[in-house]
Amino acid sequence: MAATEQPSRAAAALKRRAAGNPAPPVVELRGVSKRYEGGDVGLDRVDLSIARGEFVFVVGHSGSGKSTLMRLLIKEGDATEGSIRVAGRDLGDLTRRKVPYYRRNIGMVFQDFKLLPNRTVHDNVAYALQVTGASRKEIRAKVPDILRLTGLSTKLHNFPDQLSGGEQQRVAVARAFVNHPPLLLADEPTGNLDPETSIGIMQLLYRINRTGTTVVVATHDVAMVDQMRRRVIELQRGRIVRDQAAARYSGGEPNTAELGALLKEHLEP
Amino acid sequence: MRLGFFLKEALRSMKRNPIPSFAAMASVLVTLLVLGVFIPVVQATTGAANEVRQKVSLEVYLKRNVTQDQITHVRGILADQQGVKTVQFVSKADAYKRESKQNPEAYALLGSNPLPDSFRITPDNPDDITAIRDALAPTTASGKRTVIDPAIDEVKNRKDETDKILTATKVVKLAMLLLCGLLVVASALLVSNTIRLSLFSRRREVEVMKLVGATDWFIRWPFVIEGIILGSLGGILAILMLAVGKIAFIDPLAADFALISAPQTMSLGLLALLLMLAAVGVSTLGSGLSLRRFLKV
Repeated sequence: MAATEQPSRAAAALKRRAAGNPAPPVVELRGVSKRYEGGDVGLDRVDLSIARGEFVFVVGHSGSGKSTLMRLLIKEGDATEGSIRVAGRDLGDLTRRKVPYYRRNIGMVFQDFKLLPNRTVHDNVAYALQVTGASRKEIRAKVPDILRLTGLSTKLHNFPDQLSGGEQQRVAVARAFVNHPPLLLADEPTGNLDPETSIGIMQLLYRINRTGTTVVVATHDVAMVDQMRRRVIELQRGRIVRDQAAARYSGGEPNTAELGALLKEHLEP
Repeated sequence: MRLGFFLKEALRSMKRNPIPSFAAMASVLVTLLVLGVFIPVVQATTGAANEVRQKVSLEVYLKRNVTQDQITHVRGILADQQGVKTVQFVSKADAYKRESKQNPEAYALLGSNPLPDSFRITPDNPDDITAIRDALAPTTASGKRTVIDPAIDEVKNRKDETDKILTATKVVKLAMLLLCGLLVVASALLVSNTIRLSLFSRRREVEVMKLVGATDWFIRWPFVIEGIILGSLGGILAILMLAVGKIAFIDPLAADFALISAPQTMSLGLLALLLMLAAVGVSTLGSGLSLRRFLKV
């Protein structure tokens, strides 16, 4: 079943590729800054380009701007400066009314899963299709399929609070991918999960990436990044300090001795 | 397909959140009960006030030696005045009969009938009475009043009595109107607050829906339908209770008390219709509008 499904998905991706302008990258930031009220800097003149089909880790400490970047990409806020283009569309031109239509083209996975507590696994995933006005037939065809892909076929009628964290995150991934978006964003998808469960989620994201979907993962899961050896973008105080292909997490990560020095520095004055 | 989906969503959310749903329905129910009792009370009170106002009248006294022709002529003039409802002729003899009944000793002493023929005018609107008077007896430059027909001797209203009635009834009406307005505002606040609370408990859900790419109206319709259903449920219950109350308590009493049987109160059917409209309108608008705050994601 899964084998027959694969080509059709690839064909859909091809069609999508043919429809849009083929040249531009999926995500393109030019001189993007985000300042919050009160003077906190979320991002500081960031230039970034992510090509179609890439798998990118965005790493950095808490407050380095990872989440700000993700939030800007789903238009939960506006950039203070600069321009953001996603799939050839300038987010600055996007009116409030059009934001929902834009978000349907982006899969989003969160640290806290953000499932609808009153709906079963099946209905949670189906909701992402229902908002697009999909027919019942379409839903009946797609939802079990995507749940099989994420390994949740036996939990169809469970509610989120009856699932483990890993299973809930799988539901979230299934929901994010059920529309086959060209771009999937994951903000700390493994932040609440144990290492073993995390690997399962990462594998799932990797498989999704293999279908041609661009995947951007914000994380501070060192082991994961080291294992996957993908492009790593490191942020520090809202700036990109490293952008490296097939990299490890450890670029700017202080080891124990450095951390001790850092703490000392903080405590002295 | 869409409507069916929204309806199913609304029913689902009611089933999954029974307590907030019940609270919203109960607040509609209580509000309507209060309004349903209060509206007829206001109507009965203003009805009674209006009845008192109907007693305000204007007396037009004719000269003593008028002919029948002149009387007919004056009646014509009076009837043509703007704002005049009825013109009633009170002949000398009638007036004498009535007054001597009230004050027999004084009239026995008089021996003859000193009273003139007169007309009693009832205005359409009691507030117009001074205007009618001014029209019949305009004030001249010297400050004295003349009359518009030589056969008329004097135009009089019982000044102090009229004024008292007019102000008193006006105060009653105004107070009732004010109370009614306050009650409606309080009800609207109560209902919208309850709805807001139940929405607040679901704000996370709304946030998630927005992140998945649901349009505002896609999220809003189920809430609005839920509002319609809860509002009409509350409305129907309230109307049933009011109907039972009316049949059990008011109808047996109405035979004995004039105030209760005042003809101006509207029928239960009309009241029910109005209450139903208010219930559905307020809860629908309430749930639709209150959602706006949570839709800003």
